[in-house]
Amino acid sequence: MPMFLHDARLKRQSILDSLFRNLTRLAAFGVLALLAAILASLLMGSMPAIHAFGFGFLTSPDWDPVNDKFGALIPIVGTLITSVIALVIAIPVSFGIALFLTELSPRVLRRPLGVAIELLAGIPSIIYGMWGLFVFAPLFADHVEPWLNQHVGTLPYIGPFFSGPPMGIGILTASIILAIMVIPFIASVMRDVFDVVPTLLKESAYGLGSTTWEVMLSIVLPYTKVGVAGGIMLGLGRALGETMAVTFVIGNAHELTKSLLNPGNSISSALANEFTEAFGELYTASLIELGLILFFITFVVLSLARYMLYKLGQREGKAS
Amino acid sequence: MIDLYTRRRLINSAGLTVSVLAMGFGLFWLCWILWTLLDHGLPALTGSVFTQMTPPPGSKGGLFNAIFGSLMMTVIGTLVGTPIGILAGTYLAEFGNRGWLAPVTRFINDILLSAPSIVIGLFVYEVYVVNVKHFSGWAGTIALAIIVIPIVIRTTENMLRLVPSTLREAAAALGAPQWKIINFVTLRAARAGIITGVMLAIARISGETAPLLFTALNNQFWSDDMDQPMANLPVVIFQFAMSPYEDWQNLAWAGALLITFSVLTLNILARVLFRQSAAAH
Repeated sequence: MPMFLHDARLKRQSILDSLFRNLTRLAAFGVLALLAAILASLLMGSMPAIHAFGFGFLTSPDWDPVNDKFGALIPIVGTLITSVIALVIAIPVSFGIALFLTELSPRVLRRPLGVAIELLAGIPSIIYGMWGLFVFAPLFADHVEPWLNQHVGTLPYIGPFFSGPPMGIGILTASIILAIMVIPFIASVMRDVFDVVPTLLKESAYGLGSTTWEVMLSIVLPYTKVGVAGGIMLGLGRALGETMAVTFVIGNAHELTKSLLNPGNSISSALANEFTEAFGELYTASLIELGLILFFITFVVLSLARYMLYKLGQREGKAS
Repeated sequence: MIDLYTRRRLINSAGLTVSVLAMGFGLFWLCWILWTLLDHGLPALTGSVFTQMTPPPGSKGGLFNAIFGSLMMTVIGTLVGTPIGILAGTYLAEFGNRGWLAPVTRFINDILLSAPSIVIGLFVYEVYVVNVKHFSGWAGTIALAIIVIPIVIRTTENMLRLVPSTLREAAAALGAPQWKIINFVTLRAARAGIITGVMLAIARISGETAPLLFTALNNQFWSDDMDQPMANLPVVIFQFAMSPYEDWQNLAWAGALLITFSVLTLNILARVLFRQSAAAH
């Protein structure tokens, strides 16, 4: 009889075990289902636009709600240009910050400074947008853009990119604000991967008489280059999808211009501005297709980022 | 001619100077933004901000309905997202060593973690708002919950992996079944870390604007009905800041100050809490 009771109890526990295991598995599966649902719903929502415009949607600069003619070229180009300029600014700065935090900073300051940089990532993007619109853009228009016009705008080749009305609002302003927003992301990944480098390797180089700068460039950077690239891609993913900050300062003009000082548009800001006011099936569907394109681009970029960081992680496992 | 040694030292100090400047560059923006918020926000932050509704242009008012809506959606979104996130994170850490599901989920989760939040808004619009045919507080809550899930999954998995396996083995040796080991030993040991993750998730969603634009929309009046469009701080800030009316803009600054400092406080608290628990281990 006691034996029997024991069996029943064991059985109950093993049922509870498998219940719990399957519950957690269901939750994990839910994440996959979520991604599938996001893709499916965006695809279904954009069907009318896909039928109407086909692949021409990607290359057409039209955006004419009155005549129901839509194309994604301008927002796509705007998104890519702002993100790339943001990276060009953010990469060297992030490298400097990571170098400072790992090699130069006094030990006492290391943590507070690291937290301060991470707080920069914590500020909501709408705050960046407001600050950009009310504080940064006017200063930029009064002091920087006239200078750019006079000194850079007259140069051959790159001149046309920097000449235009100094309004403060435009692609360049949006890029600079994006850069400030992605710096903390890239810098914290760089700092983390720099910490992975075996101390022995660095000390050997120092022992041979290398300077700090040389150790960084010829030991740390080559050792971590995959991880650094992953961090940069992660920052790119952030920049591509950033909505509110860009919406405030990019100007939302559906125009393809050469000058970076002119207002432009990006996928996310077009969505934020126009989606709730879109009329007609085709208009809404075109906006949703924009969202689908954005999701696709960021998916590819983020996948690459994860793959690179994973590669570095593997190597770290091997080394230890 | 400079000799090699001097040149190397010069390059070194130039590089290091640039690094210090980069650090200053980062801190400069942080200080500038925070100062701007204090400068514009503090004068606008009066008692009526917390007691009155969002006004029509030209009259006095506050942000009470927006603060209430934001709190409701953030709290319920967190309550919905956290259990799902903890369960999935537990699967990844405790059962995820075999099979295809765990690595694929981990990968997808990392992507959802940094996916553009506006796309989440579009998704909820497509599957929920279109079907019930109106914007609502619930739709906003769902969007926020979807953003919470990946963050909680990530931290839960990381924290569970930090729990030493000797603890699990000790419990197993005492005859505890696996569900008890996980619920009463490992999850409890990782509690502080998981709470940190939830706090970071709350910090993240309380400033999110983009996913609420097409879901909760906005509401100029008092409403505690989650099935109706609901006022919320981020969208009110967006609308008021973009408007040409000065008193609206001032309210937007007050709201911006509120949001930023609560988000930053949460961030710092989460870090302090995490460090204390890490030190205790």
